[in-house]
Amino acid sequence: MRNFSGVKAPRITDSSLRDGSHPMRHQFTREQVRSVAQALDAAGVPVIEVTHGDGLAGSSIQYGFSRISEMELIAEAREVCRQARIAALLLPGIGTVHELKEAVANGIQVVRIATQCTEADISAEHFEIAKNLGLEAVGFLMMAHMRPPQVLAEQARLMEAYGADCVYIVDSAGAMLPTDAYASVKALKEALRIQVGFHAHNNLGLAMGNSLAALEAGADQLDGCLRGLGAGAGNAPTELLAAVLEKLGLNPGLDVFKLMDAAEFIIAPIMPYQPFPNRDAISLGYAGVYSTFLLHAQHAGERYQIDPRAILVELGRRKAVAGQEDWILDVALDLARQRDEQADTIGEV
Amino acid sequence: METGMSPEQRVPVAILGSGNIGSDLMYKLLKQPGHMQLVLLAGIEPESEGLARARSLGVEASSAGIDAVLANPEIKLVFDATSARAHVRHARALREAGRVAVDLTPAARGPYVIPPVNLSDLADQMNINMVTCGGQATVPMVYAVSRVAPVKYAEMVSTVASLSAGPGTRQNIDEFTRTTALALEKIGGAQHGKAIIILNPADPPILMRNTIYILPEGGFDETEMRASIEQMEAEVQQYVPGYRLKNPPVFDFVETPWGKRSIVTILLEVEGAGDYLPKYSGNLDIMTAAARRVGEVLARRLLGVEEVAV
Repeated sequence: MRNFSGVKAPRITDSSLRDGSHPMRHQFTREQVRSVAQALDAAGVPVIEVTHGDGLAGSSIQYGFSRISEMELIAEAREVCRQARIAALLLPGIGTVHELKEAVANGIQVVRIATQCTEADISAEHFEIAKNLGLEAVGFLMMAHMRPPQVLAEQARLMEAYGADCVYIVDSAGAMLPTDAYASVKALKEALRIQVGFHAHNNLGLAMGNSLAALEAGADQLDGCLRGLGAGAGNAPTELLAAVLEKLGLNPGLDVFKLMDAAEFIIAPIMPYQPFPNRDAISLGYAGVYSTFLLHAQHAGERYQIDPRAILVELGRRKAVAGQEDWILDVALDLARQRDEQADTIGEV
Repeated sequence: METGMSPEQRVPVAILGSGNIGSDLMYKLLKQPGHMQLVLLAGIEPESEGLARARSLGVEASSAGIDAVLANPEIKLVFDATSARAHVRHARALREAGRVAVDLTPAARGPYVIPPVNLSDLADQMNINMVTCGGQATVPMVYAVSRVAPVKYAEMVSTVASLSAGPGTRQNIDEFTRTTALALEKIGGAQHGKAIIILNPADPPILMRNTIYILPEGGFDETEMRASIEQMEAEVQQYVPGYRLKNPPVFDFVETPWGKRSIVTILLEVEGAGDYLPKYSGNLDIMTAAARRVGEVLARRLLGVEEVAV
């Protein structure tokens, strides 16, 4: 990297208990949530996100049912935290203001309101109500790799006008390169008076690199997950962000060793697998599709004997966006039919 | 399809709202009037394109809104394509004036209607609500399953092209999920309903897509279930020609909060007729096509015409 002089220490939000819900197949237990939240709180992480992976009310056939209701998990996390505030994710179109109010009753103080990066205008009502409820409200522009920085800045300005305290560039597909991360964060910094954040995925092995590029462009907030536990190849590991920020002289007050310990001794033992840019995960970043498609595409691939990579690449070609898990089945059926028709044709010859 | 109707066998009808929905409905009523005669399109913006378009097609247009409708005692049936807030006011005025209202807004002053499911039960109502575009697309299929086996849970996911989601939908997207979920239960017959809507900005725009996941109770005959679903597809196609199963229904098993259960997944596509709005706007087309269908049945009731056709 080049120059971090003049760069401020970023605020870190840990999303192990939200983005991590995807690799956990939404099966987090109360005890797991308590121990993770407690460790993050003790390590000085100021914001801990706890929600179904697809946000409030995400528990569904489309995305996977939660083992324990997110409202109960939010309450558990809230109970063990001494300094950290609890955040929830809300995707308008999936969750509603009704669940937002319920989450407030269970102890959230921050809400992150996420829309596809071209659809910010569906979030006006949610920001307005979040602010009326006294919440810190953060905007999430998902699948940000699909549009140029200027479009992202226009959409971010809408969220700012609705009352957002910060807007994030969200690389949901892990498809951005460091130059993209830098340019998009920079465009928002120039367009907005409020803070700007960056949420990375590691599908192309660039979660740390993109987070640092975002920081260099002036990002005020960054996201991490312990051990990178998140959708696709995971996110920027919180413990790694802390260590690197400390070496840069930009540690915002995190206890690096405690985060390393939490990653090693609390998260690693409960992880079903270590998220990593393997063949299928790289395909997400390469094709530019939503990171949470990974397990669903693998499942459909197994069911219909189709290469998950072929499914993911086709979803990218069809320009599937955040939350469109149902297209995976449709693509698998189409690819299976094409394969069978080809086999028939060959048989006839 | 109705043929050979002379004008005296038609009920004079009006459209309130000169926006996209009102305009598309106008084209449908002109193309296929059935027992209806469109005599007025009323908006509130004197300079609106919709009013000018109506006049150019020979339809009387007024910017006096509901007052223009009330001023013409001939008008018996009114399609309201304004907004939920406006319809609350309109509903009262129309009821007091003895006019029948077909409500295309989310106001829901009257009962929900899904034509192939409950239209025949509602023919005496003075105000009928068209639910949502997603409801019109998916409730028929939930009903098609629930008439074969009781439905524990039904979940629909609607994906519409960004360009076809108007300001009404965007300003109150929660309304869509709430109303649609309720209709899956009340009209579709599901014990629990859930609705999700996604806007997709792809260019060229995608056709409206709907996925329905249904958990029936107990065992059922797959052949009978498939036949019921295909029959419903044909019934909806009678008034929405671009409504189709994108792939055959999928029968599988899934882990749920109620244990491992059999699941029926239905993948639908809705292509608009392209009457006024572009073909990708299947979500808007299904609303106006269903409203036209409701209007036709109500018009026949007003005329005392009995025959059952589209």
